[in-house]
Amino acid sequence: MGQYTASELWSITAMQSFAGFSLFSVLLLMALGLAIIFGQMGVVNLAHGEFMALGAYTVYLCSQLAHTYAPALVPIYFLVAIVAAFLASALAGLFVEWSLIRFLYKRPLDTLLATWGLSLIMQQLFRTIFGAREVTPTLPDWLMGSFKPSESIDIPINGVFVMALTLALTGGVWLFMYRSRLGLRMRATVQNRSMSGAVGINTRWVDRMTFSLGCGIAGVAGAAFTTIGSTGPDSGSRYIVDTFLVVVFGGTASLAGTIASAFGIAQAQSIFEFFLEGTMGKVAVLLTIVIILMIRPKGLFANKVRS
Amino acid sequence: MKILFDRLFAGKHGARNLLVLGLILLVILPLSLDIFRLNLVGKYLTYAFVGVGLVLLWGKAGVLSLGQGVFFGLGGYCMAMFLKLEASDPISTKIQSTPGIPDFMDWNQLKALPSFWVPFHSFPFASAAVFVVPALLAFFIGLAMFKRRVGGVYFAVITQAIALIISLAIDGNQGLTGGRNGITDLRTLLGHDIRSQHAQYVLYFTTCVLLIGVILLLQWMLSGKMGKILLAMRDREDRVRFSGYDVSAYKIFIFSLAAALSGLGGALFVVQVGFISPSLVGIVPSIEMVIFTAVGGKLSLYGAVYGALLVNTGKSLFSENFPQLWLFMMGGLFIAVVVLFPNGIAGIWQNLTEKFSGWSAARRKAPVAVATEVIAPVALETETSKTP
Repeated sequence: MGQYTASELWSITAMQSFAGFSLFSVLLLMALGLAIIFGQMGVVNLAHGEFMALGAYTVYLCSQLAHTYAPALVPIYFLVAIVAAFLASALAGLFVEWSLIRFLYKRPLDTLLATWGLSLIMQQLFRTIFGAREVTPTLPDWLMGSFKPSESIDIPINGVFVMALTLALTGGVWLFMYRSRLGLRMRATVQNRSMSGAVGINTRWVDRMTFSLGCGIAGVAGAAFTTIGSTGPDSGSRYIVDTFLVVVFGGTASLAGTIASAFGIAQAQSIFEFFLEGTMGKVAVLLTIVIILMIRPKGLFANKVRS
Repeated sequence: MKILFDRLFAGKHGARNLLVLGLILLVILPLSLDIFRLNLVGKYLTYAFVGVGLVLLWGKAGVLSLGQGVFFGLGGYCMAMFLKLEASDPISTKIQSTPGIPDFMDWNQLKALPSFWVPFHSFPFASAAVFVVPALLAFFIGLAMFKRRVGGVYFAVITQAIALIISLAIDGNQGLTGGRNGITDLRTLLGHDIRSQHAQYVLYFTTCVLLIGVILLLQWMLSGKMGKILLAMRDREDRVRFSGYDVSAYKIFIFSLAAALSGLGGALFVVQVGFISPSLVGIVPSIEMVIFTAVGGKLSLYGAVYGALLVNTGKSLFSENFPQLWLFMMGGLFIAVVVLFPNGIAGIWQNLTEKFSGWSAARRKAPVAVATEVIAPVALETETSKTP
């Protein structure tokens, strides 16, 4: 590291940690939905990345619509598009739960295999409908550009936007899980299904809502994703392993654990990637996680509740 | 003699299955296909080695690994390193700036052979490494995870992460491993050209004979105490543990054995196809190998072979003619197998034969559909599987 001066190192650290924050937002956004579906319900949803891509494609469609039919709405379409992305993915999740997942709740390994099949089908659907090329929605002007707090530091606005969205969504999920009736029923069903049924909770309905909500959150993640990168048919599957590692590493049933592990993984990865060559940085991070998981299989924040 | 027959061929049914498989692989296919197609079949059969390993691991022991492609790839790389060194002797590489090292190292400005490549000059070492390297890796992964009683979904996710790590690591070290292109341009094996038609016939039959040998060996192993303990472990692990068996030791053994078999498959792949690359190591090939096994029937050793053959034949037919439809087909097939036919082709076949041969009704209602060649479910399992 000898070739950098102290102030340059400081700027590098600032920008890399900002890059780490962006990656943290992306990982957390993806992991939030999965933390509900996998952490709470125990369904291994390998098609989670495709629900995210679905959200991203919804935003793309909205941007095309806004441009063709209502150019005046272009500055604000994005906010509507986020809601549309949530609804599209949540509805798709509802359908998938009804047609596939509900038959497999007692066979977690089989959900893994079936959702892999589902992800292949969804990827091919995207490819058939939108083409194999990556697409980018036209972003409103207020998302472009960057802040410049000092000479050598450059902070893009879209990154800040994604972080704000992440914060809002995380807060929303927390409120939902710990302060709402459906959240209460959801946690009750996870802890003891038959007892929840006995006190009058419709556990099947709760399952369906939970799965659909997790998919909807993935859709929002996809929408956020369009502001920082383009969307292709397989862009969801690129992150699926990372996302699972985030959830497993954090300890499956813990929201705080998911946040902490997303933060740690993202920071480590962006710092390693700067000092090691591209892929080897990722190898180092993943290897560290796997080794820690081998020592502490329940993750950082293990849930002490008996299952 | 009768006992040996029963254990090796799993009785009359097993002997019939073996005969059918032998006829198909050694007589019907070589007579009806040209050498190009036969070489493809040989390639698919190398996946079947991973498949029979998965039958052991997933079907019998109930542990699903999503990292079998890693072991296949490691075996393949061990063999490819030997072949590459043989192909890059100082005379045929004299135009390089450093003669005598593989071409991709020269392109990456390496001046000497990396030390871990050196032992691969020796054929005995390389052939041992084909089994030992994957088995050792599996042993350590298994030791770390099964001793801590990590299983099920966690094991699957972590093995998948390991598949990602290894494929990225191979991909990222171009000078040491050939990077994304892999190790290509392999020509001879101990002086024999592996690309000639004659060699391809020899390699095809070698693959078939080794595969059948592996199946017989596993059959023999499964028909004994090992098979019963594995099934019992899958269905009621605690009870096996309380009975005093070291469950993790059995799992580690099976995982390492499956890894070694996958390594053998990988090595045979390399000599038949003539290259290896990280695209055969990562997540996607690992999951595809699970698909072959699931389609063939995860409880049946023979099913895994037919699964590998059928899915791959389907893949090459469909991706040649309807590339758009292939992923739909593959995805749909997978969902269908999981939801409708959990025991794959072998399960369907068995249901059919049972219906026609009019076996006892009680047998048909057994909770776990017993695949064609399998031992009857252990009493322990049928008795306890009803308690939630």
